[in-house]
Amino acid sequence: MFGFYKTTVGKKIVVASTGVVLFLFVLGHMAGNLKAFMGFNAASGRYKLDEYGEFLRTMGHEVMGNYTALWIVRVVLLLCLLLHLITIVQLQYQKQRARPIGYAKREYDCATYAARSMFLGGLLLLIFIVYHLLHLTTGTLHFRGFEEGAVYSNVVTAFNQPLIVAGYLVAMLILSMHLFHGVWSMFQTLGLDTPQRNKLLRTIAAAASVIIGLGFASVPIAVASGFLNLGQG
Amino acid sequence: MKIKLHIWRQKNSSDKGGFVRYEMNDVSPDMSFLEMIDVLNEQLEAKGEEPVGFEHDCREGICGACSMVINGRAHGPQALTTACQLHMRKFKDGEDIWVEPWRARAFPVVKDLIVDRGAFDRIIQAGGYISVRSGSAPEANSILVPKPAADSAMDAASCIGCGACVAACPNGSAMLFTAAKVSHLALLPQGQPERMLRVQKMIEAMDREMFGPCTNYGECQEACPKGISISFISMLNRDYLKSSLVQIKKGAEKVQAQ
Ligand code: HEM
Ligand code: FES
Repeated sequence: MFGFYKTTVGKKIVVASTGVVLFLFVLGHMAGNLKAFMGFNAASGRYKLDEYGEFLRTMGHEVMGNYTALWIVRVVLLLCLLLHLITIVQLQYQKQRARPIGYAKREYDCATYAARSMFLGGLLLLIFIVYHLLHLTTGTLHFRGFEEGAVYSNVVTAFNQPLIVAGYLVAMLILSMHLFHGVWSMFQTLGLDTPQRNKLLRTIAAAASVIIGLGFASVPIAVASGFLNLGQG
Repeated sequence: MKIKLHIWRQKNSSDKGGFVRYEMNDVSPDMSFLEMIDVLNEQLEAKGEEPVGFEHDCREGICGACSMVINGRAHGPQALTTACQLHMRKFKDGEDIWVEPWRARAFPVVKDLIVDRGAFDRIIQAGGYISVRSGSAPEANSILVPKPAADSAMDAASCIGCGACVAACPNGSAMLFTAAKVSHLALLPQGQPERMLRVQKMIEAMDREMFGPCTNYGECQEACPKGISISFISMLNRDYLKSSLVQIKKGAEKVQAQ
């Protein structure tokens, strides 16, 4: 079974499968964030985004108590990210080893900037992920009156700072580029590509990267422009 | 036409090597790239210098021997063309032309532009035999092959093993070559008995030669003089995944026995 992981192709399949999980997570996370635009629930006296946050914390509580399901998801995501990372570092080493002497002249016909910056972009994403967790999950680096469970107001106070907004927008551009090549690469690595399907798969990857990038970016932009504010609460 | 050549010169595999500049003042646009080097070599020999070492055989684009990176592209600027079939009219008068050997750890430079592509032979060897009846020619219709499968297998089999895919790949990966060699048999009925074992063996051999991993840039497909599609790489990945599942389910011996 571990013989599978020994080959470069096996390793690529591990990167791609963990990539699927991470991709589905960012897709879901992006969609969840859009709840910020659904405003205030007059009946409960709370923001829809806060209720969504509470749903995530309490999902499955009928069978396993609060936070349990959330932690299961978190651990799975963390394992996938670690596996993604460790495998990539090994592949990066093998890649560097394969061409000790480079070319004096080098022209590319089709390798996109996104494809060539997967490793660097991935590392930047890793830094962003750590910062983002400390910023909006634990609140450690929030510094503007972070309040556990008050997701909406935490987001608004966070993005009232132009520098933070700029940082998030750059991070989302990097994520978008990672997915532009990553999602296409994932289809190819998992053996789904055929000559007839190639255009469709590349279109899906491009569309997914744009939708996820813009979807995430919309929240900080809406706060920075004043469209989302604490007025209703 | 006039050109300024910068050619990689390296005495042998242990020499460090470097670029040497040659000016040619009377190049015919109708010459092939190799004929141009022939003329250069005649001039060098007349001066008592060592001619440029380069590999060639058929000079008609079918043997895959004429490996060289020209101005940053494997086999030069023209798509679907080997260096021997490339003509000097594809270059501008007075142009600087850089000529380098394939760069890959698995393809050590033997001399100047000549590299040892023995790693490819060892990948093919690792694939092993196919179970077919040998002896007299079989009845042509005794094994039926659907037309699309035959066409696709032929596309893969058009690989001439030139190594341009490895040379062009930013990772120095041999996935397009290996995919072509695995797929042309995997698509045909004659390739089925050893199919699951073959893909495992050939990928292991590919890694042993220290080719890089594939990250799906697609440069190999652009560089391939035969236009072999990277969809064959997807097919290879699919077969590898399938054979690994078979291995996990039934144990390694079953795959060996298959
Ligand atoms: C938000 C987190 C991330 C997501 C959603 C994500 C998603 C993906 C996907 C879908 C793939 C394609 C799988 C394949 O075919 O190989 C991929 C590949 C890759 N990822 Fe990530 N990834 C993330 C984080 C990272 C991190 C932290 C690194 C750190 C270096 C990284 C580096 C790479 C590299 C180098 C590849 C291979 C690129 C290629 O095949 O060309 N990723 N990623
Ligand atoms: S010399 Fe045979 S392909 Fe160029």
